[in-house]
Amino acid sequence: MSTEVKQKESLFSKKNRKLISDPFNDNNPITVQVLGICSALAITVKLEPAIVMSLSVVFVMAAGNVIISLIRNLIPNRIRIIVQLVVVASLVILVDQFLKAYAYDVSKQLSVFVGLIITNCIIMGRFEAFALANGPWKSFMDGIGNSIGYGVILIAVAFFRELLGSGALLGFQVIPDSWYIANGGFYANNGFFLFPPMALIVVGLIIWAQRAKNTKLIEEN
Amino acid sequence: MNVNSNGYTYTFATVMVVLVAVLLSGASLGLKSKQESNVKQEKMQSILASVGVAVDRDEAQAAYDEVITKVLTIKGGEVVSEDRETAFNVDMAKAIKSSNMEREVPLYVANKNGESFYIVPMRGKGLWGPVWGFVSLEEDGNTVVGANFGHKSETPGLGAEISTPMFTDQFPGKKISEAGIFQSISVVKQGTSSGDYAVDGISGGTITSNGVNDMLADCLAPYAEYFKNI
Repeated sequence: MSTEVKQKESLFSKKNRKLISDPFNDNNPITVQVLGICSALAITVKLEPAIVMSLSVVFVMAAGNVIISLIRNLIPNRIRIIVQLVVVASLVILVDQFLKAYAYDVSKQLSVFVGLIITNCIIMGRFEAFALANGPWKSFMDGIGNSIGYGVILIAVAFFRELLGSGALLGFQVIPDSWYIANGGFYANNGFFLFPPMALIVVGLIIWAQRAKNTKLIEEN
Repeated sequence: MNVNSNGYTYTFATVMVVLVAVLLSGASLGLKSKQESNVKQEKMQSILASVGVAVDRDEAQAAYDEVITKVLTIKGGEVVSEDRETAFNVDMAKAIKSSNMEREVPLYVANKNGESFYIVPMRGKGLWGPVWGFVSLEEDGNTVVGANFGHKSETPGLGAEISTPMFTDQFPGKKISEAGIFQSISVVKQGTSSGDYAVDGISGGTITSNGVNDMLADCLAPYAEYFKNI
């Protein structure tokens, strides 16, 4: 009989830390996996909704991954997609209800987009690809990592769009009033940044910059 | 246990649905009062904003009680009730379904710095969902003092512009009736409005602008009779 006790993996082992750090760069859901683009286009006009959206997704994703992972051995295979959908939909409804009660203005701004978290492909993708096959702690780390990886890009895009499109950040004017042409200056906001196509272009530029730095992401032709 | 058998699949689905239903209805019941008070305070804010009183949401109730002196319920040009709560709680979405003279609609009477104003609530259809608003009138029940509009899901940058000052700033000074005959205020193609009875619409937001146009005509009309006699 073996007296060997299986070495328990520490909570923050290198492998576990990689679950969080990978989605920031090597495996970013938006720039590498190109998932969740729709919401990246829709709610990045201003910084504040982008931040709230990111936080909501972090919550839904982490909690959803843990729940799916906990019940992964109980889920009948044939209805697993439906189960995943029910879990994510319930969590999103909870977030929506809480925002309506405690952050009413933000909830009005996000309006339909909170509901659209349900259709965010990153979430269902991680449930299916990771949580169904891994334990709760790993799934939690994976959820946090992927949703933050998503949020970082969202916030970066929103930063450029609000700064260049409205001359403001988080609603505060940062471009001095005297710069504007209307006040005898030389500057005008670029209205194009307020439209979704510019979000796509900004995401494209971020992908370019990322691949220029991280050469292992470049596909061989 | 075979998690892939039919019996288990049905049981799992049933248990899941019941659990989720209990959880969600619990959350909904628990948060309802807070959500409703948010909505109520926001409505008060909008009512006050239409006469140029800007307050934070926390102070809305106090300011509302101070500025709004009377809330009447109007039907067919007559006051049918003076109860503040009844009128405030009128569901405009339901009210606009009946004809102009049949519907019971609220009229808010405000007093600001010794001057009285009438505030008319409105509700109509935009492109994607409902639009609503408040239009305030001077003591004569004819000249517009201010207006503000809200919407559920109009397109940002296009239809959603109805709630910006660019659109609402056109309203002060407009009139709703001429020599006692109700005219309403038309929302016309951008750049073509002239006179006291028209404002510019939003270019690119035509359907929303038309919705506001219809809403103004539809929701001001029930009061025309009442304003004639004041």
